[in-house]
Amino acid sequence: MLIDFFEEVRAAGVPATPRELLDLIRGLQADLAFAEIDDFYLLARTCLVKDEKYYDRFDLAFSSYFKGIGSLDELLEKVIPDEWLRQTFEKFLSEEDRKKIKSLGSLEKLMEEFKKRLEEQKERHAGGSKWIGTGGTSPFGHGGYHPEGIRVGGESKNRSAAKVWEKREFRNFDDSLSLGNRNIQVALKRLRQFARTGAAEELDLDSTIKATARNAGYLDLKMVREKHNSVKVLLLLDVGGSMDDHIEMVEELFTACRTEFKHLEHYYFHNCLYESVWKDNNRRFNERIPTMDLIHKYGPDYKVIFVGDASMSPYEIAVAGGSVEHFNQEPGQVWLKRVTNNWKKTVWLNPVPEKYWGYTQSISMINQLMEKRMYPLTIEGLDAAMKELVK
Amino acid sequence: MKFTGTKNYVATEELQLAVNAAITLQRPLLIKGEPGTGKTLLAEEVAAALDMPLITWHVKSTTKAQQGLYEYDAVSRLRDSQLGTDKVHDISNYIVPGKLWEAFTSEKQAVLLIDEVDKADIEFPNDLLLELDRMEFYVYETQETIKASQRPLVIITSNNEKELPDAFLRRCFFHYIRFPDRETMQQIVDVHFPNVQQELVEKALAVFYDLRDIAGLKKKPSTSELVDWIKLLMSDELARDQLLSKDASSSVPPLSGALVKNEQDAGLLERLAFMMRRQNS
Repeated sequence: MLIDFFEEVRAAGVPATPRELLDLIRGLQADLAFAEIDDFYLLARTCLVKDEKYYDRFDLAFSSYFKGIGSLDELLEKVIPDEWLRQTFEKFLSEEDRKKIKSLGSLEKLMEEFKKRLEEQKERHAGGSKWIGTGGTSPFGHGGYHPEGIRVGGESKNRSAAKVWEKREFRNFDDSLSLGNRNIQVALKRLRQFARTGAAEELDLDSTIKATARNAGYLDLKMVREKHNSVKVLLLLDVGGSMDDHIEMVEELFTACRTEFKHLEHYYFHNCLYESVWKDNNRRFNERIPTMDLIHKYGPDYKVIFVGDASMSPYEIAVAGGSVEHFNQEPGQVWLKRVTNNWKKTVWLNPVPEKYWGYTQSISMINQLMEKRMYPLTIEGLDAAMKELVK
Repeated sequence: MKFTGTKNYVATEELQLAVNAAITLQRPLLIKGEPGTGKTLLAEEVAAALDMPLITWHVKSTTKAQQGLYEYDAVSRLRDSQLGTDKVHDISNYIVPGKLWEAFTSEKQAVLLIDEVDKADIEFPNDLLLELDRMEFYVYETQETIKASQRPLVIITSNNEKELPDAFLRRCFFHYIRFPDRETMQQIVDVHFPNVQQELVEKALAVFYDLRDIAGLKKKPSTSELVDWIKLLMSDELARDQLLSKDASSSVPPLSGALVKNEQDAGLLERLAFMMRRQNS
């Protein structure tokens, strides 16, 4: 019965699955949200949405799907003759409600009550509230979620007029990024080099058994050091200028790297690598670190990952003095060569989609300099880059 | 069986519905939210309110899913064999039940809290899929199946440090605890300090929400910090007077160390206060 709604939610980009729809229906069967659109909203959200970043999309889908239901109560009064309403009413009443009606005296009385409530609603919020319409007054084809759901008798919770799903409070959380953090981490996982370091704390069962056997049955415990990912990563990030378009993507990558690698060093550069880099963008003009120091400091066992769009004027790569920010004694390509010579494992991740690479000369130049080890900043690209690094 | 909050814990209607849905449909409930908004507390309060035993499994970065089921203590068995103890012949003596086992076999239906699931390895949730779904697992050593007699109510908290795998999310209900609005916050404070001066609370809340609005704070103060702060204010008359008498915006709030927990943020506050003073004079 909720298929349309479910489709709408999925169309809005919330990754909900049939399993979750069934959960929602089960929840309705269990009377968790009975003819009360606020409750239904909450229940549907609890069941269908599994990440707060989708709350906003869900709210949008919800309000677009249920738009118009709020004005149903007016329609109800205008269009439907009392007689007819009463009939539909009776049809929709459940066993329980029938009992309640009996206790109320008569259907007449109930109708009065119902009308009174309609009146009340309209006074309180202009344009009517949604709650009364939600009862799946399905004669109108609005596909209410609970066909037998006109809530007669019983308490209505008169909530504040603002509808939660129309406030869209979770606007900021939506990220819509092509790379999910988890996907990045899974891709980065490829870049693991296990080595045993630190104190010997883990019991090495195999050698313990061997040693014990050799020891004529007397226990001889053997410990080993725990396995750690010992891969060392040097991250060089392009900032500013055309990179501003890709900030979110790069941030996500950076965060994922931070959690994944214990030995991670990062430095910034602008457009192309020159004789110095910096660690803090606020102090980029005062606290620069010579690139030569990097080459001396970090051994050849480091893996180097460049992140940049490589989109610039070709002069910035090929000519001394070509930099947009300062006068560089040596052209950028000399520095890039030095890096690739020093660290055998070097890749360049480019947030610009691969299909556009051919249109920018500097991208092909850098790709050439990197010996074709430039990869797009997508999951596949990242995966391929990590494979290259562990090769 | 319905959860409606307790006298120590203010649960919004949203949260109540999520908890009740999890109870009724017997699904794990995944709770996210800013640190300090009462995620862990929720499980304790649900257990207390529904009179169910609480079993807590704190997850660390080294926690393995298997540890929640059971562990086979091979070492002590080996040791016992040296001493020739009788119990060495029965392997079940060396199976140490984990938290899940405990929850499954609990006499009363239990609340199982899996705290900070995001701390563990990225594959950790995947390793628990079947166990949480069917509420049963197999013990290889003794060749028996442990099956939950009453499905425990599973509450899982996450601080969002890692994203959780989709397959895992599909099996859970999800609720994001929003930061409480002023009204709810007032209720929370009332619950914790029933006889505190109303004026003080109002002032404190004003300062607190102003502080949360400052852009650039690394860690915004949360509910638990507010509660601590008010506790401190109540015990320190000087600070209390300072808060009540002075114009709060022109100085760093008294005892701000309870609200702001790192140097940069403290520095930021001082700079802001300095700027305010200069503007005022």
